[in-house]
Amino acid sequence: MKNNTAKFAIAAAVLSAALALSACGGQSTDAGDEGSALTGTIASDGSSTVGPLTEAAATEFASVEPGVQVTVATSGTGGGFKTFCAGETDISNASRPIKDEEATTCADAGIEFTEIVIANDGLSVVVNPENDWAQCLTVEQLNTIWAPESEGVITNWNQVDPSFPDVELTLYGAGTDSGTFDYFTDVINGEEGASRTDYSPSEDDNVTIQGVSGELGAMGYFGLSYLEENADLIKGVEVDGGEGCVFPSVETVQDGTYTPLGRPLFIYVNNASYAENEAVKAFVDYYVENAVSVAESALFVPLTDDQIVTAQEELASLVG
Amino acid sequence: MSTWSPPRPPAVISQDSLRARPRPLDTAIRLLFRVAAIFTIIITVGIVIALLIPSLAFFAEVPVWEFLFGTRWAPRFADASFGVVPLVTATAWTTAIALVVAVPLGLGAAVFLSEYAHRRARKILKPVLELLAGIPTVVYGYFAVQFIQATVLREWLGLDTGSFSVLAAGFVMGIMIVPTIASISEDAMSAVPNSLRQGSAALGANRMQTTVRVVFPAALSGVIAAIVLGVSRAVGETMIVALAAGQQARIVTGPLEAGQTMTGFIASAALGDSPVGSLEYDTLFAVGLLLFVITLVINFASIAIVRRFREAY
Amino acid sequence: MVTSTPTRHGMGALVHRSVRGRAKGGETSPRSIAFLIVLWFCLLFALLFLVVLLINIWVDGVGRLDLALFTEYPSSNPDDAGARPAILGSLWVIGTTAVMTLPIGVAAAIHLEEFSDRHNLINRAVELNVQNLAAIPSVIYGMLTLAALGLFGVVNKNQVWVGALALSMLILPVIIIATREALRAVPAEIRQGSLALGATPLQTVFRNTLPAALPGIATGAILGLSRALGEAAPLLLLGGLVFLRFDPNGLMSGYTTMPIQIFNWTGRPQQGFHELAAATSIVLLVVLLLMNALAIYIRNRYQQRW
Repeated sequence: MKNNTAKFAIAAAVLSAALALSACGGQSTDAGDEGSALTGTIASDGSSTVGPLTEAAATEFASVEPGVQVTVATSGTGGGFKTFCAGETDISNASRPIKDEEATTCADAGIEFTEIVIANDGLSVVVNPENDWAQCLTVEQLNTIWAPESEGVITNWNQVDPSFPDVELTLYGAGTDSGTFDYFTDVINGEEGASRTDYSPSEDDNVTIQGVSGELGAMGYFGLSYLEENADLIKGVEVDGGEGCVFPSVETVQDGTYTPLGRPLFIYVNNASYAENEAVKAFVDYYVENAVSVAESALFVPLTDDQIVTAQEELASLVG
Repeated sequence: MSTWSPPRPPAVISQDSLRARPRPLDTAIRLLFRVAAIFTIIITVGIVIALLIPSLAFFAEVPVWEFLFGTRWAPRFADASFGVVPLVTATAWTTAIALVVAVPLGLGAAVFLSEYAHRRARKILKPVLELLAGIPTVVYGYFAVQFIQATVLREWLGLDTGSFSVLAAGFVMGIMIVPTIASISEDAMSAVPNSLRQGSAALGANRMQTTVRVVFPAALSGVIAAIVLGVSRAVGETMIVALAAGQQARIVTGPLEAGQTMTGFIASAALGDSPVGSLEYDTLFAVGLLLFVITLVINFASIAIVRRFREAY
Repeated sequence: MVTSTPTRHGMGALVHRSVRGRAKGGETSPRSIAFLIVLWFCLLFALLFLVVLLINIWVDGVGRLDLALFTEYPSSNPDDAGARPAILGSLWVIGTTAVMTLPIGVAAAIHLEEFSDRHNLINRAVELNVQNLAAIPSVIYGMLTLAALGLFGVVNKNQVWVGALALSMLILPVIIIATREALRAVPAEIRQGSLALGATPLQTVFRNTLPAALPGIATGAILGLSRALGEAAPLLLLGGLVFLRFDPNGLMSGYTTMPIQIFNWTGRPQQGFHELAAATSIVLLVVLLLMNALAIYIRNRYQQRW
């Protein structure tokens, strides 16, 4: 009996010690930086396109203010707005502007927010690297592939264009909570949310990459940063918006030639959080001031000079 | 002569000293224990209520027959459909493939461990087999999508399959279930009294015949219980199918196809966000309710079968 | 002559050995040998799979198995990333789960085994119920916790105690069943002797039965907790899949766990993240192996044979 009691005492002691040690030893108490002992938590949620950008900003911010805890979730632009308008997050990442209904929901809940354009994006269409026939697709062809009427009908590449080979068409794309989904369907199919449903939807664009890289006849769409990050696994397609075939890149997005799939990316900041939470203020300031460098390091399309000015104005309006 | 006389009782006996003292602390503690046991009922009731309330809201909008028999699953789109048949076919395929793998391997291992192995070999082999059960399912999922699907199925075997398939997921799930089936079957076979084996040997049967014709039928109820438990685990498994079976909800017609299972849908719906009270939230719980009912039926079937086939020794 | 190791069924050791010993006599017919080979194959295939899986994980992950895995935080760049918050998060969640579930599980088992009237309908329902709960898919427990949070208006799902709550309910049936087995193994004589000496039933439990059953309970507890350690599905529903760069620092802190981090990284396309997932898997497997070894050690060392 004494053995067991002693054993349990030891086990309990070890467990408590482990917890205590992990709690203490965990905080990076580098005495290096004097003064900036800012602490606090920041919750952000939303687009899986913008998420990595906010993650990159949070990573860089951590070297300036290590005491601040930033969490970035990716429930999709729509999902992010739902939690934002419920007051659960301080920052909402979005790859499309907030809808009227969503803005109303926020207003009803008493949430005031500020919209800041934080980067640009070229919504990219991607195919398998072995796909040598789809070099350039017109908007009409994309519409043929993705329209609601094509569900169950368009299942082969040669139905899109007779010159394409007889290869089965497998589709991956964004889920319905995704701003990418809303934007793509709006621009390509003419109506936001109008899409065929027989594809593999996911709020996680990484799943799309996995899917497209593994199948010859696969196709998907997501933000440019994912294409640039994984250029060895998937192949981007030139899009012809009426002015010729254009490949998505920083230049073509910034000068507007990559149409109609060029788009701005947003963060929405909760005004009350900004005013009351010092950590939020510090992070948002840092984010906006370093928007260009963060975007470049994260392989996003940075703001144009005009957009930088606008962003600074938005930031200033937050304080006021 | 020495005589023994009983010890003298004390001079005064009061009734009170013979009555047990009231112990309020005892009663309180035993009440606490009782509450703890009742807590398990509260959990079950909680599960049922938690699943039922959103599901009732769901069925107020979507007719039950459309849910159960509809063949198009597109709950979050503008042109929504709520037919759960595609999810059920994917679950059926992964479960079936898992059973095809797990039942022969599990029963074979169980027979070997119970009837043929030395005691020492058994002492080593059984814990090693249990290790398979201890590996987290997410690690199995990683293995399924990275190695089985990408390397084995596509590279080595050159099969015509994409990045995800029910075969990869089902195969790995089968291996995960092997210890469950093997362990319970082996216990059932070991519990068969030796006298039956001895009788069979006395009649001239060799070990294989004894095993197949005497031991196995005697342990049948335990074996069936093991297989049914394996089915239950396969149906409820989430991580392996979320990683390896795919996200597209479609009617699965072959093992090399990808498909979204019921649990896969729950996992992917959980990653998006649905506010409490919305139709998407309710859809999640409706599928959860279906999953719960299916596993409940399987479990009750297992108990009933065991009771029916059990041989009492 | 008959040296040997006692058999489980005592009498008939001779016949036992000739039936269960090495193959001989009528055992060498081709069909018997083929049967034996098939059985060997079944066992070996399962074990082979285990070996291949472990080798695959090792090969993929050993390159990233360094100190950085334990000290670095997640990052968009796989070269800088580490699993530190996930590892600490797992410890926090499992510790909290243990505190939540062990007292209730042991108490419930004591009631069911020692104090409840077996013929009472409610008690029989409770027993049947525990068996059912043990077989419910783990996802359902996540949904239960989600619904409970909605009911009580708890808005932030990503908190250590919330994840621990889901896992506690998940392994509660396992703890109860293991504790009951341990209590049942204690012979009635122990209890009877204690009662004969004048102890109350509760005193008997606390001073005799429970201490005697403690190794079995400890084994069951460790195995239950190791199951909780490897679970990801319930926590996915509770906001566990989140990018964060800090150590958990309290019951209400945001967190993530090793299985979720593995799930997260496996889903990414970059090979670097796959290697990180494999490395984290190695860490997780080692921890589980240690826990299971501890459970087996406790069982072998302290288990009393009555």
